[in-house]
Amino acid sequence: MASFVISHHSAIFSAKKGSGVKCPFNPSIRLYKGRTNALYKTLAVMAPAQPTRAPSTTGSVKHGMTMTEKIFAKASDRATLEPGENIWVNVDVLMTHDVCGPGTFGIFKREFGQNAKVWDREKVVIIPDHYLFTKDERANRNVDILREFCAEQNIKYFYDIKDLSNFRANPDYKGVCHIALAQEGHCRPGEVLLGTDSHTCNAGAFGQFATGIGNTDAGFVLGTGKALLKVPPTLRFVLDGEMPPYLLAKDLILHIIGEITVSGATYKSMEFVGSTVDSLNMEERMTLCNMVIEAGGKNGVVPPDETTFKYLEDKTTVKYEPLYSDANARFIADYKFDVSSLEPVVAKPHSPDNRALARECRDVKIDRVYIGSCTGGKTEDFMAAARVFLSSGKKVKVPTFLVPATQKVWMDLYSLPVPGSGGKTCSQIFEEAGCDTPASPNCGACLGGPQDTYARMNEPMVCVSTTNRNFPGRMGHKEGQIYLASPYTAAASALTGFVTDPREFLA
Amino acid sequence: MATTQAHAPVSTIRASFQRFHSPTKTQLVHFASNPFIFAKFGKTSFSYKPSKIKPLTTPRATPSSSSPTTFHGQCYVLGDNIDTDQIIPAEHLTLVPSKPDEYKKLGSFAFSGLPSSQYPIPFIEPGTDSTKYSIIIGGANFGCGSSREHAPVALGAAGVRTVVAESYARIFFRNSVATGEVYPLELELEGVNKQCSTGDVVTIDLEKNMLINHTKGKEFVLKPIGDAGPVIDAGGIFAYARKTGMISSVT
Repeated sequence: MASFVISHHSAIFSAKKGSGVKCPFNPSIRLYKGRTNALYKTLAVMAPAQPTRAPSTTGSVKHGMTMTEKIFAKASDRATLEPGENIWVNVDVLMTHDVCGPGTFGIFKREFGQNAKVWDREKVVIIPDHYLFTKDERANRNVDILREFCAEQNIKYFYDIKDLSNFRANPDYKGVCHIALAQEGHCRPGEVLLGTDSHTCNAGAFGQFATGIGNTDAGFVLGTGKALLKVPPTLRFVLDGEMPPYLLAKDLILHIIGEITVSGATYKSMEFVGSTVDSLNMEERMTLCNMVIEAGGKNGVVPPDETTFKYLEDKTTVKYEPLYSDANARFIADYKFDVSSLEPVVAKPHSPDNRALARECRDVKIDRVYIGSCTGGKTEDFMAAARVFLSSGKKVKVPTFLVPATQKVWMDLYSLPVPGSGGKTCSQIFEEAGCDTPASPNCGACLGGPQDTYARMNEPMVCVSTTNRNFPGRMGHKEGQIYLASPYTAAASALTGFVTDPREFLA
Repeated sequence: MATTQAHAPVSTIRASFQRFHSPTKTQLVHFASNPFIFAKFGKTSFSYKPSKIKPLTTPRATPSSSSPTTFHGQCYVLGDNIDTDQIIPAEHLTLVPSKPDEYKKLGSFAFSGLPSSQYPIPFIEPGTDSTKYSIIIGGANFGCGSSREHAPVALGAAGVRTVVAESYARIFFRNSVATGEVYPLELELEGVNKQCSTGDVVTIDLEKNMLINHTKGKEFVLKPIGDAGPVIDAGGIFAYARKTGMISSVT
């Protein structure tokens, strides 16, 4: 029957006799034989259909593919492929930041030459965001390294920060990489986005394949524009039902992680569908996909729709092609949730899958609350927290730290009116509630960082946080106890000084 | 980073294929053990003779002189879900792994994130900058959490040669293979870490796929490293790619 020819030469890959593509996991009779003189030139040879074989194993019947599989196929110029195959994909966007950028560039230069140029100066996005507002000299030096590289390579997208004493004095500076990528229009349906950060999966909210990689892989991509990736099978999560007014996407993903454990999605894709997902705005969808990594997931995806397209309207002019799972796509597991029956949850120390109902932790006295990070520091997250404070009208009982993810979020806090408040902004409501003044946008204390990082946990204490991990020492001190929660739950907890279900304040 | 390896051999793809076709293997095993198809990088058939395994850094427990296909040394035992923050806390990530002096410094902080209440024996003796434990024995989901490549780098820089775990988180496994810093090996059965203690003298025999605990007098079966082996032997993905002519050498 037909054979597929994948002929994709890359100039820097030299001819190699006898090289080929092998796929040891493919149980079908489809064989991929390597041909000489072209690394990527493979022939998929399919045996004739035989009546005794199930159609799906012959390859002659085109089977349905999941969204992730389709994105891989498109990115590797393949008509079809199977989970388990290792294939070379073309990368649409590579992102790195101040922590991993210097190491990545070091590897790039060492391997491709001191005078090497990146594969595409418009597809690399460099975003300093992790350790910025600190006196740590190495941290400051690392931002300088980013700047030098970007100047030398003429990188188009470098969201630089020079004046560390005043983030607002830096017109190019954006903030937390994953939110900046979204806000600046770098996340587009159907594309492949890789980043040197595990929460790169955040971008899956746009219906693209987005995952985290290390410095060495990133160095490789910088030089070639390609990555060798294994096609993941997909777990489908069907979330139906009307979202209760006291729940947020953070509760949904914490619920799911608690259900499947921190390794439940290892090497797999997580696809989120259903009427609840349809009703979520982009920032809530990002929260959902952001924590896919906490279940071990390779990537998360939400099918693009009008919500997606509207969000992207004013952010990018790059043409994109949304891809969707076929009706007969094969998912290795299906999970169904009736969202209307779910309750606010937290992840107790010291694991993101240590799920508990917020109301069952009412006796846990806390020392502080942290609202920030790519997971819980977006505009919608702060709006949610503001709603709780507004509803209560009281002051917080513990230090409450607010760290907007990006400059745009920070500006929203000071300009957008909170519904039902009579025109007050988030910042006003936060001030009236006695929260700390919103801090400079960056990753902040989500991962501890240098000792002088704002809101870092330098002593053992109990913190309710809208961040993404609570392993020992995550926010600084090894004996610190972190309860991961939604912004609603975090705000409610700040008001009582205990882990608190937000229904105590929300109707 | 890795020193160049002399003629590191490559694996028998056929043998590993047969193993991984076994229907009893879980998908996790497949994915955890084989992030790459290394036949892509090389010839279509070859025999596996890992006879030239050399330490990537010096000096610490060296491969056994009686057989170069083994590792021998003291082990450090850990539980499940050891995340990369515990392997290398975030405050040390200002160190850039591609700078040699900072690479070494990263090693000195390896496992400094472990709570001492659970792990009273320090991985690195205070006042020193490398470890005497060249073999790590872990549980499930080793290396979960952040994608920081500093994690396998810190372990390698500290003197670890191999990690033996029940299962791995994918980014850590991938980074270990790509950098060539540590051999990530998998155990056949669960609970091995409960039968070993930090300080036990162990041998890993890659030909027999066995972890032998001399102190406890027990043996445990390992899964063959499979396709990842040649890349680690060569010193990482770039070295391997260059060795097999996939990318041209740096001029």
